[in-house]
Amino acid sequence: MSERSEAEVRAEVREWLEAHWDPDRPLVEWRNMLADTGWGVPHWPREWFGLGLPVPLSQAVDEEFAKQGAVGVAKAGIRHLAAATLLEHGDDFHKERFLRRILTGEDTWCQLFSEPGSGSDLAGATTRADFDGQQWVVNGQKVWTTSAHHAQYGLLLARTDWDVPKHQGLTYFVLDMEQPGVEVHQLRQMNGHASFNQVFFTDARIPPEYQVSETGNGWRVAMTTLAHERRGADGLRAHAFASERVGRIYEEEAREIATIMEPYKWYPQRAGRVDLVLPRARETSRLDDPVVRQEVAKLLTLVKSAEWTARRARAAQEQGRPQGPEGSLGKLAASHVARAAARVHTLISGADAMLSGDDGPLDGLIAEILVSVPATSIAGGTDEIQRNIIAERVLGMPKEPRMDTGPFRDVPRNVGSS
Amino acid sequence: MAFVFTEEQEQFRDIVARFLRDTSPTVEVRRLMETDAGFDGGVWERLNSELGLSALHVPEALGGQGFSFVELGIVCEEMGRALLCAPYLSSAVLATDAILQAGDLGQQAELLPAMASGGRRGALAVTEPNGGWHAEAVETTATRNGAAYRLDGAKSFVIDGHTADFIVVVARERGSSGADGISFFTVAGDAPGLDRRLLETVDATRKQARLTFRGVPAEPLGEPGAGAPALERILVDAVTALASEMVGGAQQMLDSAIEYTKLRMQFGRAIGSFQAVKHKCADMLLEVELAKSAAYQAAAAVAEGAEDAPALASLAKAAASDTYLQAAADCIQLHGGIGFTWDNDTHLWFKRAKSSEVLFGDATHHRERMLEHWPE
Ligand SMILES: Cc1cc2nc3c(=O)[nH]c(=O)nc-3n(C[C@H](O)[C@H](O)[C@H](O)COP(=O)(O)OP(=O)(O)OC[C@H]3O[C@@H](n4cnc5c(N)ncnc54)[C@H](O)[C@@H]3O)c2cc1C
Repeated sequence: MSERSEAEVRAEVREWLEAHWDPDRPLVEWRNMLADTGWGVPHWPREWFGLGLPVPLSQAVDEEFAKQGAVGVAKAGIRHLAAATLLEHGDDFHKERFLRRILTGEDTWCQLFSEPGSGSDLAGATTRADFDGQQWVVNGQKVWTTSAHHAQYGLLLARTDWDVPKHQGLTYFVLDMEQPGVEVHQLRQMNGHASFNQVFFTDARIPPEYQVSETGNGWRVAMTTLAHERRGADGLRAHAFASERVGRIYEEEAREIATIMEPYKWYPQRAGRVDLVLPRARETSRLDDPVVRQEVAKLLTLVKSAEWTARRARAAQEQGRPQGPEGSLGKLAASHVARAAARVHTLISGADAMLSGDDGPLDGLIAEILVSVPATSIAGGTDEIQRNIIAERVLGMPKEPRMDTGPFRDVPRNVGSS
Repeated sequence: MAFVFTEEQEQFRDIVARFLRDTSPTVEVRRLMETDAGFDGGVWERLNSELGLSALHVPEALGGQGFSFVELGIVCEEMGRALLCAPYLSSAVLATDAILQAGDLGQQAELLPAMASGGRRGALAVTEPNGGWHAEAVETTATRNGAAYRLDGAKSFVIDGHTADFIVVVARERGSSGADGISFFTVAGDAPGLDRRLLETVDATRKQARLTFRGVPAEPLGEPGAGAPALERILVDAVTALASEMVGGAQQMLDSAIEYTKLRMQFGRAIGSFQAVKHKCADMLLEVELAKSAAYQAAAAVAEGAEDAPALASLAKAAASDTYLQAAADCIQLHGGIGFTWDNDTHLWFKRAKSSEVLFGDATHHRERMLEHWPE
């Protein structure tokens, strides 16, 4: 594609929307049009549903969509991790088969990484996949799997070789969740929601063409998925909110948000809802208290600095320059922000911070923040793991002595993991 | 607002950093901090003749280079990192900015070219022994006698006030209070009735003086009585420049800690391989990067004359105050016993961090200011 200016791209997308946007069109039909023209994910390659535009121009397109009130492709949820991973590591079959239905929202995905015996130590997975001559046969258990109860497909990391060091014996697959060998049990979280699950595999089947990495090379692909997950944790990601506009397509989108997006409805709360802090402090007159003012100012300093740091990283990336250390800090910063926000919400609410549901401040929203924030420093890699990564990869500090470098079969592991 | 420096700005940073590596090694810092003047005339001359740093943000029409606070921030950051002992903050930043903000065009044309070349050094005297960094705290009075003015009172914490060729003094008209009657004056360093005393300071790398005025003859700078808005603006600029200097120092503390923990062996391994040490360093990196982001945003806001500059400047200063001191304290901690010795260099930055923490107002003060100016 020839270089196009932002003004040209904006004019083009406006013109296209004027000609085609129609709120009474069915949602999937509309999103198929977006996939066909590339306007849904303009930063994706031309061959694969995009236009090959640089990210800033793609944001300009998003803004034009928002101005028109036009619905975009299905973005939120694990599906964007699946898309990013398959774009980078999938073959043409995978891209053909999966990417379009990710964009239309027809398929929901989940990430089958963590297990009861291995969370931080993801490469210690013991769910096994064995090739029976025709298909892969999967046995074992995953846990904390967000959205598994809605998902058509899972991104699976499974052990295919037990006699090599642990990082070398893993393979990355796409697994069809809708088959008899897969059983999903919902788990209730401390905040009362049930977004994650246990997933049991008993002779579940994977056709050979659903294998994504080479056999034994799954760790590298899993790193791509995790990198996208952690990058998304820098607080700049938007959440899906149902529109109040009328039209068939808005109603269909609202239904999607109410069902498929349901597991994520507490996610803004887990990030701390900083947006509520100043309004709440004013409404309650707590902002007149000098101690509260100090704590609010500390929080805003942290939030703003974290946002600017993320934008520095992004700007460097967009200019094709090497990212400095600022690029690896987003997830850890987001944990700090979430915890600090919960502390300030408590300070503002006083005794009311003890109340939840209809009795609690903002009909229980504040309580939901307080009991959701602990997830932020665990999900997607704990704060401690982030610090290890920053120290070793960014600061170049020496690695710790390891006890798990031999054949995986001989590595000490949790009792009960196969 | 830009979130990356341009290539030219990065090159400029490299040039400044290289100059400072050559001219301000810690042996030099240690030598100069034992002197009363606290700087080396030769290095000051080269810094101006070779790099033109005092002219950086002076408009071209007045003999300057016409750059903005973004470039000034780069210089301050590198100077803070190298702990340069020089009257740069006092003369090239504070006094120069005061003349730009408070002086009329004629006064600017008269004073700035010599300052831009580094030939004349100014100092800015705002704060008094009461330690307040705002108009209300100014008690020094200006008395008018025909066209002439005389100043009476005392100024403290005047950076390089004992060596400056002249002082920009903030005083108030007799009988005024609050923001009313705030006036700027220039006073010659050797004016009759002016007593200048070098203060003993925790941070010997930045000299401070107490100035006593007894009927000292003074030239008005700008319109007498109408100086409060200029003073506000000067303080915003001052904390922005200082925050840049401080994050440079904080970065140095992080780098020094990392370097040492990779080398120092205990229990048969480098202490940097212990997780408690790694996690402390990872947290240091996060805090330093956050404070740098804040300092960069404040500098950009000041450069653009953005409306939120006062809020962002205070945010950046609050972040820098907390971060620099913490980084310096962590750096000492990670060095163990040797970190507490005079011979180890860490305390030089620790002391700069400690004094910068409160200079122009501490973190608590600036958090309050930040909320008062918060745009939403
Ligand atoms: C809301 C939520 C959603 C999630 N969604 C998914 C999902 O969709 N798919 C999925 O696969 N997983 C998901 N997870 C799982 C998540 O990735 C893991 O919980 C996480 O990686 C931690 O693993 P663990 O629970 O086994 O804890 P452990 O690894 O047992 O950690 C326990 C504690 O030990 C610490 N620790 C462990 N190793 C080290 C070390 N080397 N150094 C220092 N400290 C260490 C940890 O930091 C932690 O504090 C989700 C988790 C949550 C909370």
